[in-house]
Amino acid sequence: MTWQTVIGLEIHVQLSTKSKLFSGASTGFGAEPNTHVDLVDMGLPGVLPVPNKDAFFKAIRFGLATNAEINQVSSFDRKNYFYPDLPKGYQITQMAMPIVGKGSIKIFANGQEKIVNITRAHLEEDAGKSVHDLFEGETGIDLNRAGTPLLEIVSEPEIANAKEAVAYFKAIRQIVTFLDICDGVMAEGSMRCDVNVSMKKVDDLELGTRAEIKNINSFKFIERAIAFEIDRQTKILESGGSVVQETRLYDSVKNETRSMRSKEEANDYRYFPDPDLLPVVISDKELEEIRSSLPELPEQKEKRYISEIKLEESEAKIIASSKTMANMFEEACLKTDDSSLVARWLVGEVSALLNKDNIEIDESKLTSNNFAVLIERISDKTISGKIAKSVLEEVWESGDGVDAIIEEKGLVQIQDESLLESIAKKIVEDNPGQVNAYKGGKDRLFGFFVGQVMKETQGKANPQSVNEILKQLLK
Amino acid sequence: MLQKKEISNKEMVEDTFTLIESNKHLNAFVTLNKEESLKKAENLDNNPSNLALSGIPIAQKDLFCTKDLRTTCGSNMLSSFIPPYSATVIENLESAGCISIGKTNMDEFAMGSSNETSFFGNVENPWGEGLVPGGSSGGSASAVAAGIVAGATGTDTGGSIRQPASLCGITGLKPTYGRISRWGMIAFASSLDQAGPMARTAEDCALMLNEMCSHDPKDTTSLDENVPDFTQNLNSSIKGMKIGLVKEFDLSKLDNDVVKVFEESKRHYESLGAEFIEISLPNISLSVPTYYVVAPAECSSNLSRFDGVKFGRRCENPKDLEDLYVRSRSEGFGDEVKRRILIGSYVLSAGFYDAYYKKAQQVRRLIKNDFVSAFEKVDVIMSPTTRGTAFKAGSMGSDPIQMYLEDLFTIPANLAGLPAMSVPNGIVDNKPLGMQLIGNFLEESKILQVAHSFQSSTDWHLKTPNGDIS
Repeated sequence: MTWQTVIGLEIHVQLSTKSKLFSGASTGFGAEPNTHVDLVDMGLPGVLPVPNKDAFFKAIRFGLATNAEINQVSSFDRKNYFYPDLPKGYQITQMAMPIVGKGSIKIFANGQEKIVNITRAHLEEDAGKSVHDLFEGETGIDLNRAGTPLLEIVSEPEIANAKEAVAYFKAIRQIVTFLDICDGVMAEGSMRCDVNVSMKKVDDLELGTRAEIKNINSFKFIERAIAFEIDRQTKILESGGSVVQETRLYDSVKNETRSMRSKEEANDYRYFPDPDLLPVVISDKELEEIRSSLPELPEQKEKRYISEIKLEESEAKIIASSKTMANMFEEACLKTDDSSLVARWLVGEVSALLNKDNIEIDESKLTSNNFAVLIERISDKTISGKIAKSVLEEVWESGDGVDAIIEEKGLVQIQDESLLESIAKKIVEDNPGQVNAYKGGKDRLFGFFVGQVMKETQGKANPQSVNEILKQLLK
Repeated sequence: MLQKKEISNKEMVEDTFTLIESNKHLNAFVTLNKEESLKKAENLDNNPSNLALSGIPIAQKDLFCTKDLRTTCGSNMLSSFIPPYSATVIENLESAGCISIGKTNMDEFAMGSSNETSFFGNVENPWGEGLVPGGSSGGSASAVAAGIVAGATGTDTGGSIRQPASLCGITGLKPTYGRISRWGMIAFASSLDQAGPMARTAEDCALMLNEMCSHDPKDTTSLDENVPDFTQNLNSSIKGMKIGLVKEFDLSKLDNDVVKVFEESKRHYESLGAEFIEISLPNISLSVPTYYVVAPAECSSNLSRFDGVKFGRRCENPKDLEDLYVRSRSEGFGDEVKRRILIGSYVLSAGFYDAYYKKAQQVRRLIKNDFVSAFEKVDVIMSPTTRGTAFKAGSMGSDPIQMYLEDLFTIPANLAGLPAMSVPNGIVDNKPLGMQLIGNFLEESKILQVAHSFQSSTDWHLKTPNGDIS
């Protein structure tokens, strides 16, 4: 029996507004507990919510960037349930009339492009946090996060496997960071997702019973949780059982999903329109202003890099995929002419360092100025590529200027051909055995001679010149 | 008296507290604000101001949050709640010079029509021992009727200003929904709640209303409309004005004496030059059932925040979270509040929402449309405010439906969001009675004008349990 996996994602994106969705309190991360909280966030008796228009504008940016319908009239509903860190006993969300309707996004997974349709994206307020481990026998409540605006992006159930799910999540992250509506910092919970997984026989028209895995906050865990869930459901179905509709939690330590509550135990949220809030209307003018202020998106950037800057497709894709990388590329290109060299270094050496430190380029000490100077010095042959690599590492650590490092360490490349020739001659004379062996057919010994010259010049010799000189001498 | 400087601000406030003391049996107040009030009065004596209501003692319904002054909403749940902020209405009145002398008793969370549901005990109607003052703004009505204060604030979700005004023989007005900010008003049913003034006369109501209304950016349902001077048209003639009588309000079921009072008021208006026109509000009979779906639904959600976690009452030694919720809420809320939370949760639950809540909202729109058509033909609509005079506490028995029918005449204006007021228009068995005037959207001035013309030529509003005011 072949089973087909059907996955849908609900991604919660924390919008980077200054203040909360319904109050003037700050949305800043990492403050002392209960300091970014005002009367509204506490849900005190008699308080009323006032919508933050900026959250709507940010949601609309997302909608426009994903070719979605924008509902210029949208409204809020209450989702009622009791939880200690939910101050009002209900969450204000958009159930009936979400701000963003049907849209779509392009993903790249398993070597293929695919369009994933987005059902809707709606605004809602985040809850606070329950702190269980700080007080003996007691639970603390921190309401700093309560009321932070979230955009919940709901995909159609048309994601086929874990790789696609991750690619979809990455595509959403890429777009929200490019749009500057979310910082995308997953470690701070800026993006979290619920994954719905079900299995069906390939020919079945109807979807199977789904399990919802709650609150996953990393690419790795999404992939693992889905893999676990597919395995779990397949085993149940293969043995003739049936999957139970339920909410499950992913335990990253044990790498498994566990039942949290069944359908029968599920809350009846008693949704109804929030009588404290009138529908929010977005004017044509506001919509047009947002449309005209949209930045260039990854796909457009990639195309431009290939057609105008003549980058390799693979390089263009990597650079365009990250906002910080694209910014560095574009800024450096304004300061130096050799765009393809900028691209090659970004994708190569710089990316390697980023991966090693697991940071974004704007968190490093490398400035676009310094990077452009480095590329210039490679271009004008002041330093060799090899030296450049060590200069980059030095910049990475200290943030010092490229030219200062080159000068201070005397790294300027030796271009003087006669000087290089005399050094090369000496090495050929000193190593008759190797010369004979080379001439006898051991071609690989050529590298030995190059290495010796480099050693003698402390790596500063222009490698191309050294190659040519040695070829002449060893003929 | 204050204006003539016959009495100092401080003496006025002191007299008020003496009256509160001598009327203690009414149980009209839950919390007094004596020290602060005296301080403010003294301050005014030393630095006289020209503010519209400078030095006027006002009683505030205990549903409005008052900064640093206990606000209970008539509930055990909030019996020790001291808000860190004041309602916009309170701020508006105080910045007009009013002195908030105390917080008045009320039905718990404004749910009741007799003031028998308050955690702080029944309020007495000064018109007779054991008589209810009506509700939910019963403490405010009783305090004004007893002459303790010239004015008090109330709130009206289904008749909570007008019904007690009628039963206590005073004037009370519920403005157009959105005229007065709801910021700081502890919500019962958000789409129906509206604050308003309660006073001896329409003129005093107009003076208070002038200060209470404002567009408030903190309340998105507050109307961004110009606030007129509500006293401006008071003395205009109502000659030629068309007053609507609702065909569907069947008065034959009311006591003969009650009907007689109403008929007399009609004749009086005719003598002032008004014309009566019968109008039809075809869906009006659905008002009470519609109200008892919408209001409990909203209340069930609004009252969820009282969970024993952050503020308000928390049970002793909870075993676990569930126990904390269950016992805090069971102990904190009274029976009527629990009943309405149950009804509200039921009508919003999955599978019933469409049949109840959604349907009720549709009917509500029909009722509103009925009024819109009616106001094409008439200037105001007139009806009795209540089915009769004040009843004895406990006399409604255990059937809540009988109590719910108390609001038969008042509920429609809340559902439609229209301004409406109750004006004293007679005495039956030595108990006062009021008539209701409903106006078109934002036409508070017109109903005040119609009420004032009545009060300028009758003296029902001057009758008190202690004799007529001259």
